Amino acid sequence: MTVQDIIKPENLVYQKSKLLTNKPFHYCPGCGHGTVHRIIAEVLEELGVGDKTIGVSPVGCAVMAYDYFDVDFAEAAHGRAPAVATGIKRVWPDKVVFSYQGDGDLAAIGTCETIHTCNRGENITMIFVNNGIYGMTGGQMAPTTLEGMKTATTPYGRKATLPAGAGFDGIPNNGYPLHITELIARLPGTKYVTRQAVYDPAHVRNAKKAIRKAFENQINGKSGVNFVEIVSNCNSNWKMEPVAANKWLVENMLPEYPLGDIKVDGKLVEK
Amino acid sequence: MTEEIIIAGFGGQGVLSMGKILAYSGIMEGKEVSWMPSYGPEMRGGTANVTVIVSDERVCSPIINAFDTAVILNQQSLDKFESKVKPGGYLLYDPNGITKKPTRKDIHIYTIEGAQLASDMGNSKVFNMIILGAFLKLRPIIDDKNVEEGLRHSLPERAHKLIPLNMEAVKVGKDNVKQA
Amino acid sequence: MGELKLMKGNEALAEAAIRYGADAYFGYPITPQSEVIEYLSEQNPYERTGMVVLQAESELAAINMVYGAGASGKRVMTSSSSPGVCLKQEGLAYIAGAEVPCVFADVVRGGPGLGTIQPSQADYFQNTKGGGNGDYRNIVLAPASVQEMCDFVALGFDLAFKYRMAACILSDGAIGQMMEKVVLPDQKPRMTDEEIKAKYPWAINGRKNGTQHRIITSLDLDSAKMEEHNIHLQKKYKEIEEKEVRYEMINCDDAEYVFVAYGSSARIAQKSVQLGREAGLKVGLLRPITLWPYPTKAIDALIKKGVKGFLSVELSCGQMIEDVRLACNGRVKAEHFGRVGGIIHTPEEVLEAMKKQIIGE
Ligand SMILES: Cc1ncc(C[n+]2csc(CCOP(=O)(O)OP(=O)(O)O)c2C)c(N)n1
Ligand code: SF4
Ligand SMILES: [Mg+2]
Repeated sequence: MTVQDIIKPENLVYQKSKLLTNKPFHYCPGCGHGTVHRIIAEVLEELGVGDKTIGVSPVGCAVMAYDYFDVDFAEAAHGRAPAVATGIKRVWPDKVVFSYQGDGDLAAIGTCETIHTCNRGENITMIFVNNGIYGMTGGQMAPTTLEGMKTATTPYGRKATLPAGAGFDGIPNNGYPLHITELIARLPGTKYVTRQAVYDPAHVRNAKKAIRKAFENQINGKSGVNFVEIVSNCNSNWKMEPVAANKWLVENMLPEYPLGDIKVDGKLVEK
Repeated sequence: MTEEIIIAGFGGQGVLSMGKILAYSGIMEGKEVSWMPSYGPEMRGGTANVTVIVSDERVCSPIINAFDTAVILNQQSLDKFESKVKPGGYLLYDPNGITKKPTRKDIHIYTIEGAQLASDMGNSKVFNMIILGAFLKLRPIIDDKNVEEGLRHSLPERAHKLIPLNMEAVKVGKDNVKQA
Repeated sequence: MGELKLMKGNEALAEAAIRYGADAYFGYPITPQSEVIEYLSEQNPYERTGMVVLQAESELAAINMVYGAGASGKRVMTSSSSPGVCLKQEGLAYIAGAEVPCVFADVVRGGPGLGTIQPSQADYFQNTKGGGNGDYRNIVLAPASVQEMCDFVALGFDLAFKYRMAACILSDGAIGQMMEKVVLPDQKPRMTDEEIKAKYPWAINGRKNGTQHRIITSLDLDSAKMEEHNIHLQKKYKEIEEKEVRYEMINCDDAEYVFVAYGSSARIAQKSVQLGREAGLKVGLLRPITLWPYPTKAIDALIKKGVKGFLSVELSCGQMIEDVRLACNGRVKAEHFGRVGGIIHTPEEVLEAMKKQIIGE
């Protein structure tokens, strides 16, 4: 086959979603953000809602998500994306509104907005990319950082507590990995809550299905927040090769953050 | 004397630490110095650069737009900084991985096979010291004994046993710099 | 002489806090000042001196941790960069109202909003005029070198405790990120709990049996008392304006035209002065070190000595120029020059601006 044959329309097997722009991603090679972008764009394209979708990007590595999605977008202050999305959705209830956030954005500085948006049961889709670290700012501890994990602000490993001292049998230090997704699943305002991953093709397919459901619920008028956590990597700040980072993710992140649906149609999934 | 230098390459090539050793050596030489890295998401995609200024007088701005010397360690950096060398200035680069060579006629262009020489020396870690040696051959602004002192200050105590090897690398760099 | 090191401004700030004997640092990462908390985490000051270092969940939380720890008489510091300092403004208003001493650093980047991570001086208004509510002031120190990033920690704490208020170290991305030589001070011991109790009777750290309890608050529902409190604050600010103004003059003795610049811009303007003098222009530099209180009287004195015009050089669209103009009060020309968006002006263009905007043909 010549190149001319290969590029014939009838030989097309796969193409970039039309809802992604031609701008090359600035993400580090191997980073999960790019894959998550792609499947969101594919879902929105398949659902045919490109012209009625409004996205809200975070402050984090995905801050410039607006450059990659060919849908309307607002960039929010650090942690405030769910409030910005609330503002949009309340005045344009027939639009498809989603927020896209990292773990620092959603579960540290933005915890208040996260919890209250979920508690109000806003009819939006929230995408949460958990890579256990602050990627954008150079690898500091995130609330989701695993115990013992080395980051720029926990160079000797995250320690939830320090040994006995000051009259206590332990001194609070960096706290414990925060399971925000389980937390918000308990709120009556959340409709669909799930945790997925994108480190291999099978999981990308699952994650895409979940994201699809999270948007379909919103489009079909099911009330409440649809929340998809993606356990992802940050090979650059984990200081690993991409493949090693994905292996590390499976071995370390997934035991702490197990995959699967947590709440479906407003009901907690029995485990 | 004021020498304004940009050192640019991939993260992991020792760009920032080479700059730091140069700056510390400058202090040992009794000069005023500044060291200013590229920072923030500018680093995504893996490039790193640092501006080092060594001067007899107090450095005014650590961030500048034109350089006396550019030390270039990858193609991206060559594309970005070739045009920023002052006329009559120096461009030193490692040809390893360079596909589009520099073309300017109004600057002095030299090469140093740093990656190759480091692997000949059996230690890829001395790469940046070979480059530093090549730079100091072209711009002899700091005496070797002050480079050694600079190393002593910028390396942690446990690495001090490596100083002779690093100084050897500086010499290899000086001996192998070539006019392009 | 102390220990000579090559350090980033951010690292020098952090090391200075440890060596001053600070009790705690609360912060949140943000470019271009994340090295402060990273350096502190790496240095393990809890083991070195007993200093507490905590990464808060946000700047909002961090400044309120400072409020709490500062109210108890301990020496506490926080630092951030522009968007993070916005979030601290609420806490800073409470700190001013409740008269809690503390030090905070703003390593300024460009705005408004997320803006750019590159150096800027566009937080002058935010810090000198007060971004929070009410009639209050913060002492604002403007370091122009890594050495001053280090030295102003001690100065900031001394002033903060002398006057029971916040002292701001207003720096920028260039000074925070650059490495320069710095001579570090010797380690001071942290104050003991007994020393704190004896020295700061207002601090809430457990009252002695039989003594009056102490309250740290910014609230009073009684208007008369609130007015009294405000008058008390203003009297304190007045005293600071009298006693604590700091600045540096370079080549001003015979100057006809003067650059006014602080921090990074002052370094550049200093070079412009040199270039101007070489070209036979009688130019000088006034470098405010305290931005509040502002060296208004120094400008007044220069005008009385015959200075014919001022150029305020800032990495902003023109903020400090308002204070320069207030000091000039229409008597001589005062204009602004500055680059923004992360671009740093060159000494040549600064001098050119002086010629064009002030000296004229
Ligand atoms: C008010 C404020 N504080 C701090 C920052 C600096 N900052 C930018 S991104 C970020 C954290 C990003 O981490 P995360 O949300 O986990 O996203 P990731 O980059 O890992 O995808 C921080 C602290 C900011 N921009 N604004
Ligand atoms: S720094 Fe981490 S999160 Fe950010 S693009 Fe790189 S790999 Fe992804
Ligand atoms: Mg993250």
